[in-house]
Amino acid sequence: MEYFWQLFIGGLTRGSIYALIALGYTMVYGIIELINFAHGEIYMIAAFTGLIAATVLTMFGLSGPAVLALASLIAITYACAYGFTVEKIAYKPLRQAPRLSPLISAVGMSIFLQNYVMLAQTSDFLPFPDLIPAVPGLDSLAAFMAPTEVVIVATTAVVMVLLTILVKFTKMGRAMRATAQDRHMAMLVGVSVNRVISQTFIIGSALAAVGGILVASHVGRINFFIGFIAGIKAFTAAVLGGIGSIPGAVLGGLILGWTESFATGYVSSDYEDVFAFALLILILIVKPSGILGREKIQKF
Amino acid sequence: MKLKRSFFISLWFIFLTFPILSIRVNTIERVVQWRWWNMFYVALGSFVLSLAWFYFLEKREPRPMPIVAEPVKERFSRHPLTGSGKIRLLWVLPALFFLSSPFFLSTYYTNVMTTALIYIVLGLGLNVIVGLTGLLNLGYVAFYAVGAYCYALLNHHFGVGFWVALPLGALAGGLAGILLALPVIRLRGDYLAIVTLGFGEITRLILENWNAFSFGPSGISHIASPGFFGIALTVPQVTIYIYFLMLAFCLLTVFVVRRLQHSRIGRAWVAIREDETASQAMGIDTARAKRTAFAIGAALAGIMGVIFAAKTTFINPASFNFIESAMILSIVVLGGIGSIPGIILAALMIILLPEYLRVFSDYRMLIFGTAMVVMMIFRPQGIIPYVRRTYEFHLSDRDKARL
Amino acid sequence: MEEVMEVRQLEMNFGGLKALDRVDLRVFREEIVAVIGPNGAGKTTLFNCLTGAYEPAAGDIFISPPAEKKRRINGLPTHKVTKLGLARTFQNIRLFPRMTVLENVMIGQHSRSRAGVLAALCRDKKTIAEERAIVSRSYGILEKMGLVEAVNELADNLPYGAQRRLEIARALATEPFLLLLDEPAAGMNPQETKELESLIRRIRADEGIAILLIEHDMKLVMSLCDRICVMDYGEKIAEGAPAAVRINPVVIQAYLGEDGT
Repeated sequence: MEYFWQLFIGGLTRGSIYALIALGYTMVYGIIELINFAHGEIYMIAAFTGLIAATVLTMFGLSGPAVLALASLIAITYACAYGFTVEKIAYKPLRQAPRLSPLISAVGMSIFLQNYVMLAQTSDFLPFPDLIPAVPGLDSLAAFMAPTEVVIVATTAVVMVLLTILVKFTKMGRAMRATAQDRHMAMLVGVSVNRVISQTFIIGSALAAVGGILVASHVGRINFFIGFIAGIKAFTAAVLGGIGSIPGAVLGGLILGWTESFATGYVSSDYEDVFAFALLILILIVKPSGILGREKIQKF
Repeated sequence: MKLKRSFFISLWFIFLTFPILSIRVNTIERVVQWRWWNMFYVALGSFVLSLAWFYFLEKREPRPMPIVAEPVKERFSRHPLTGSGKIRLLWVLPALFFLSSPFFLSTYYTNVMTTALIYIVLGLGLNVIVGLTGLLNLGYVAFYAVGAYCYALLNHHFGVGFWVALPLGALAGGLAGILLALPVIRLRGDYLAIVTLGFGEITRLILENWNAFSFGPSGISHIASPGFFGIALTVPQVTIYIYFLMLAFCLLTVFVVRRLQHSRIGRAWVAIREDETASQAMGIDTARAKRTAFAIGAALAGIMGVIFAAKTTFINPASFNFIESAMILSIVVLGGIGSIPGIILAALMIILLPEYLRVFSDYRMLIFGTAMVVMMIFRPQGIIPYVRRTYEFHLSDRDKARL
Repeated sequence: MEEVMEVRQLEMNFGGLKALDRVDLRVFREEIVAVIGPNGAGKTTLFNCLTGAYEPAAGDIFISPPAEKKRRINGLPTHKVTKLGLARTFQNIRLFPRMTVLENVMIGQHSRSRAGVLAALCRDKKTIAEERAIVSRSYGILEKMGLVEAVNELADNLPYGAQRRLEIARALATEPFLLLLDEPAAGMNPQETKELESLIRRIRADEGIAILLIEHDMKLVMSLCDRICVMDYGEKIAEGAPAAVRINPVVIQAYLGEDGT
């Protein structure tokens, strides 16, 4: 039972991270029907930027919570900046092009960013400091969950709530929903589609950045390739829950997290990634629109 | 005005790249390296590049399309290598080069040429799936691996020879292609891409972890090279032998792909790429056509896998990763979707240039990524665009068309 | 007269919406029948059921290919329906934009030819002859449609009216006995519409094809068709000769009243 609970919490933690990244995918896909292959790389860049910021700040004598706060802020800002820039360079010029083009551009962008970071920094794994502070109250939960795990899950939950508020109740959120449903109509009623698209990318990147910092702290090390696998898995999660659906991304993330956790725990840990891909293929065969997705009716 | 915009853009890029380019962190050794000069390079580079970017952006066609808009008159010829007098001349020089190169190049460089030829065929094979039929396959390397491991394992366990393994590799590849096709047939572009990517990764992961079957990460070594009528050959001789084998196979592939392109099935593939719903409405069994495309593309990769295993005599899962698939995809895309000469040129460039420009080898993938983005935006039709076939009709004979 | 198609008590649902509500319709050989009705009446849904794009929730669709038995085609895949002899054009033009005009029409001949991968590779006499025949027949159709000048043009480059005609040409290449035209006159000026009318008449006369069309252009419909079927909210509300339908009060109320002719 103890083991089961461990796997459950592990899955919950993983799932939360996948959910955070998946949200970025699903939001972008909802708006411009494009899989942002480079999204995983934003996650990785956030982790690297956070590491660099934390190292420099520590060098300047700051410590503990200040480092965490500032480094996270810097990482998130940069992730948003990169997301924004990537959209403007690789996707915006191809909005009218046939579907293959932006997809290939996205793959190219992903490869570019990976190598950019690798060449600028290093191809080695770099240790990442544990930025998550030891909050006294959390120790009592240590029997159930590690403090970092608590922080991850809690942060994800808070972010979820904030995002839902944003999408449902703010003007920006309304504009996003309108653009996702019918871009031309949204333009006609005065929505600045370019602005909405940029905003979507920025928010998605911010979420991925939060995930990046949390995971980097939790796992303890990063390298230029972590975005690739995390990206694919997060995309799996988004598709699982129904691409374009925000609650779907969270649901998908959690299901994927638990599946991986229990599968590696009870079956085999070597094939961890295979489970994720197999799940993806299964879902796409059985219900391509995902669990919470709506069937798109073909209009002739 | 434009200068002002580029100025601000260069400022933005200085900001953007500051942490990653200008600061190098090494937390293992606890070192921080400040590289202020990079900021200057970034500023200059982004200023100049942004000017060029916006300039070319304005100049391009309003709707970037991967196929040329104006059909060019092409005289139909049955034999792929003949044509009008001018085209014939174009072929002579490269043909001479290819036929004679093993005799004046070192063993190493002959090997490199063979690799280039292998990638030409891989590019042409992927072209059938991606270029002609429009199915974005990001896991093509899986079929390559299937062929390679097929030969390696058969040779290791049962001593199966190269020539026997060739058709078996094709078969194995083809079957794998159909296997992958079955679930993905109904999927739309983006989903298809991800599933094929997953398939490619799953194949690699299984090869890496199922030690009992594939010998895991250490791979399989001492794979037999092809024999020459039973005579054992020295390493340099084998290299030349395999080179000519590959050259012949390359020509065969060009022939095959060209014939398929200009046939009923080739038209059906392109129709599916253009509009699948309309294709079905016009009587094309799209599921079957897609399966055929996958099978043929995969079979070609399978054969290449066998040749690769024979050439290097050692294979392991690391050679069959996503980067390979991405490289083959870039060959198709950069060369020109559906364009045989374009793909040949792109493959040669992508394999041969890094060899001769060793300086850039670290930056190879970076350049790939950049090239993919830039080509899609500014020249989606590729280096040598594919041109649709035109037909000549004689007005005197109203009911017959002269081909 | 021989029947070519019968639709019996056809029903189709999308979620809670009844798109087709017990629709009956028969089409006879060499007839020109129009399906009209306000937007959302279910006309294109009917077409989609006929061609196998949708599987109807209830009811039957029968077709009687010439010299063959009558058969039920509910839920048959689209390409099989086309092979049996039912061809269609689309409401929003769906040509193959990056293929030439000739190639677009040649695609229509796909189900009437047989060359597979092996034949393509060998290029034997039979295959070459088949290719020649395909090109020749396609050219012939383009001649009839007045598109020969554009034979080697990319379909995308054609003007709108020519694109519409190309779609019809392509559908004709499948050698159908029943042609479904979805709003063929949409976006055409009166001159083009007149030409379209005589074109459709010629198709009926020369090829002996029955034609079922969805249209909003009342002038065209009244002038061209033998019979009109009126739909509203998924139901057939009237059917008959143009003169009769025109004065039918139910129809006028539902539809013609707004349009006025």
